[in-house]
Amino acid sequence: MLDVRDVTLRFGEKQILDRCTIQLEEGERLALMGPSGCGKTTLLRIALSLQKPDSGSVICTASRTAAVFQEPRLLPWCTAAENINLVLSDRADTMPEAISWLGRLELLEARDLLPAKLSGGMQQRLSLARALAVKPQLLVLDEPFKAMDEALHGRILRLTSEAAKNAAILLATHSEEEARALGCRILRYRDGRFV
Amino acid sequence: MSAPARKALQTLAVLLFWLLVWALAARAVGQALLLPSPLETGRELVTLARSAVFWLTVGKSVLRVLAGILLAVLLGAALALLTHKSPLLKALLAPVMTLVKSTPVASFIILALVWLGRGIVPLVIAALMVLPVVWSNVSQGLAGIDPQLLELAAVYRLPKLRALRRITWPSVLPHLRAALRSALGLGWKAGVAAEVLTVPPGSIGKRIYEAKLYLETTELFAWTAAVVLVSLGIERLLLRLVERGEGRHA
Repeated sequence: MLDVRDVTLRFGEKQILDRCTIQLEEGERLALMGPSGCGKTTLLRIALSLQKPDSGSVICTASRTAAVFQEPRLLPWCTAAENINLVLSDRADTMPEAISWLGRLELLEARDLLPAKLSGGMQQRLSLARALAVKPQLLVLDEPFKAMDEALHGRILRLTSEAAKNAAILLATHSEEEARALGCRILRYRDGRFV
Repeated sequence: MSAPARKALQTLAVLLFWLLVWALAARAVGQALLLPSPLETGRELVTLARSAVFWLTVGKSVLRVLAGILLAVLLGAALALLTHKSPLLKALLAPVMTLVKSTPVASFIILALVWLGRGIVPLVIAALMVLPVVWSNVSQGLAGIDPQLLELAAVYRLPKLRALRRITWPSVLPHLRAALRSALGLGWKAGVAAEVLTVPPGSIGKRIYEAKLYLETTELFAWTAAVVLVSLGIERLLLRLVERGEGRHA
């Protein structure tokens, strides 16, 4: 489903990725771990075709892709419910579904609020709700749980794992516990590659 | 007293102050032929407003200029979209827009009078004055769209129309609103100036020209007051329409 092959990327003098390869089959779950700035986010962006590598290839055959970025990337002029409905159909008939996702992520009280009125953790949950709502074949998660408070963390992790049970997941994280909770095979950064 | 009420009171006080200055100046001059008083101007305006011809004249001029402004908004927005996609086209168009902005409007009016029929000149001139402002503001709006939201649209494969409606349009609207705020008055004044020079039948410009010709200074002031009032009315109306489109993003 996702084939990132021999990807190389430099930022100026610094070699970020060096002939890095990752492959993801349907329903497979991979976690990329490594120190900050090692290239986890960059590799996710390359996998999503948001960034071109200096060399190498990316083939993604997933029909529905969703991503939770480090920043929530919500439309500031749309309410919480509208932000989810945007990726469904943006019509009134899918609004109940959007609202049900808000409920599952414990955000029901925020349905008519603009993102600016939500806390950082709530914005991140909203971003996660939007990603899960499209029932993706490929779900890309870039440290999606870091702004969430302790009490919610476990519940949201379980919910994500359950709601995306048929999705292939590519996760970037610093937490081995998160990777394990999502059932991910862990790849660690070493000399420009994840092995 | 609430803040809006205080602001309204302040505006009224400033207006009364300048009306008083005008009235004192008119009294000092003592000749309505040179400087009619606010009262005489108001009375003349009321007399004019009682006739159907006045409203027909105002209506025709407003329609003509509004058509020009609408044309400029559509053309300016379309050109901004094109130049946003093509840096080459932007490089080609930018000096033309600068030239249009810095050329005296009278030169364009005379040229348009030579090239086009007199009836259409005010419309074209209003459009020409508004076009560069709309183009440059919408271009700024397009350049300022949050790239992270565009990436979001790409990842979720949002249909083009939905991305346009939900991301591009709300991002550009504040800039379009700013453009309309500064361009409406400009377009209206340029349109009326074009009417004064081209005197199309049944236009405010023709009435101003005739008032000047026959030294009807009070009527000239009354028509000018009408132009100012209509300008304020149009500005309020159009900005309200844009704000409605802008919704909660305002």
